[in-house]
Amino acid sequence: MKTYFFRMVLATLLGITLHSVQVSAQGGMFAATAGNTRFSASTPLENIEAENKKSQAILNTTNNEIAIRMNMRDFVFPNKLMQEHFNENYIESVKYPTATFSGKVDKAPDYTKDGQYDLSATGKFTVHGVTKERTINGKMKIEGGKITITSDFEVALVDHKIEVPSVVFVKIAQVIGVKSNYVLTPYKK
Amino acid sequence: MKILRLVMMLICSTSSILYAQDDLLGELSKQDSAQAIPVTATFKSTRVVNGQSVETMKKKHLDFRISHRFGRLNSGAYQFFGLDQATMRMGFEYGLTDDLMIGVGRSTSQKVYDFFGKYKLLKQSSGARNIPVSVTLFGGTGIATLNKELEFQDKLYYTAQVLIARKFGERLSLQLSPTFLHRNRPEVTGDEKVLLAVGIGGRFKLSKRVSLNGEYFYTAREKNTVNAPYYDSMSFGVDIETGGHVFQLHFTNSLGMIEKQFIGETAGTWGKGDIHYGFNISRTFSFDKKNKKKPTHE
Repeated sequence: MKTYFFRMVLATLLGITLHSVQVSAQGGMFAATAGNTRFSASTPLENIEAENKKSQAILNTTNNEIAIRMNMRDFVFPNKLMQEHFNENYIESVKYPTATFSGKVDKAPDYTKDGQYDLSATGKFTVHGVTKERTINGKMKIEGGKITITSDFEVALVDHKIEVPSVVFVKIAQVIGVKSNYVLTPYKK
Repeated sequence: MKILRLVMMLICSTSSILYAQDDLLGELSKQDSAQAIPVTATFKSTRVVNGQSVETMKKKHLDFRISHRFGRLNSGAYQFFGLDQATMRMGFEYGLTDDLMIGVGRSTSQKVYDFFGKYKLLKQSSGARNIPVSVTLFGGTGIATLNKELEFQDKLYYTAQVLIARKFGERLSLQLSPTFLHRNRPEVTGDEKVLLAVGIGGRFKLSKRVSLNGEYFYTAREKNTVNAPYYDSMSFGVDIETGGHVFQLHFTNSLGMIEKQFIGETAGTWGKGDIHYGFNISRTFSFDKKNKKKPTHE
């Protein structure tokens, strides 16, 4: 009888702990695994655009930390030769396989309320193995338990030591326009 | 005791959640780690020099290739060291899928129309699945229309190759190409119809856009005999890529640009300076309309 009671208490305690852990994980973490990142390096002469549909994003709403990560080899170009050159020559995706951002949302919105907010995040932005401290502006839409983050920013090739040879037939822009769209849902491990 | 174990497990899982919150990027890369990563760009082009490489055209991509071989360097100043004579092959190659391609070509030498298909059987990969080599199958046929007197089947030849390649790091790629060649009617009477050969080729990247290529085809026959006055084909070249183009410049003892000719009928030898200068230019066009459409963006 004594042991039975003891077990009951323990089980209840365990149940509570388990429950609270789940709630904090659900309430705190939002993530996306099929985020959309696009860039354009187009010039009047040539259309150079690529899209990555496997970008990852994760947001911790309790401390406002945010991280974005994508594999460079997941960028899809309409022209596969361009894609090969992007991986082989420009971004060197074997040496530098990912682009990442890791930082904090500057002014946190109320995550429990639906709405749209203009926001910025500041942190470490790494492309081609070169890390820059950057503040990136974007929008956050909170709706029905989902958080949609969109941003539109520019990356200068020279900032990240991405070399463009002087003898290329296809000229590419020196500043790349990047657009991203990530839909984050509650994240459970 | 059971409960104690449960408590331990719970503590462990809780702490791992806490850890995840400390390092969000680590959490993302952990999610992403279990994939097979195929190796790309073992060679820059579908050719090593003359011979086929393991590379194929990607889906809905068309490659237009113009290849030239000039006369022999040792033909002297009167022939402008071979540049007065040029033979060429014009070809179109198209990817039906990312792994299957077809091609057609027309060579001025022997007025040959050639047709071929290439299929990527195995792709070198690392990560979750480790595949050490890429294997591509090549099959081709052609019609030599120079001699109008011949019966149709006498103008035909067939080639089959198993191309096995490995990319050793970023710079070095090597390929082995066992070859079976069948001529319905060999150019020289008395020559065997069937010729077996094995090619060895490779490329070494000098810089991001320039690579040094070489290949040698060993033929299983005696060299320079009365019935087969031929040598083995050896070629060296440089690949230069510039956006949508790949330029291949090379020196070779073979005049022909199709398997029947450079593996089976190489008349020149490096030893005597029977070297031809040549180049391939290829331009790739994408017909993939689906990918060109801009994705909708909020």
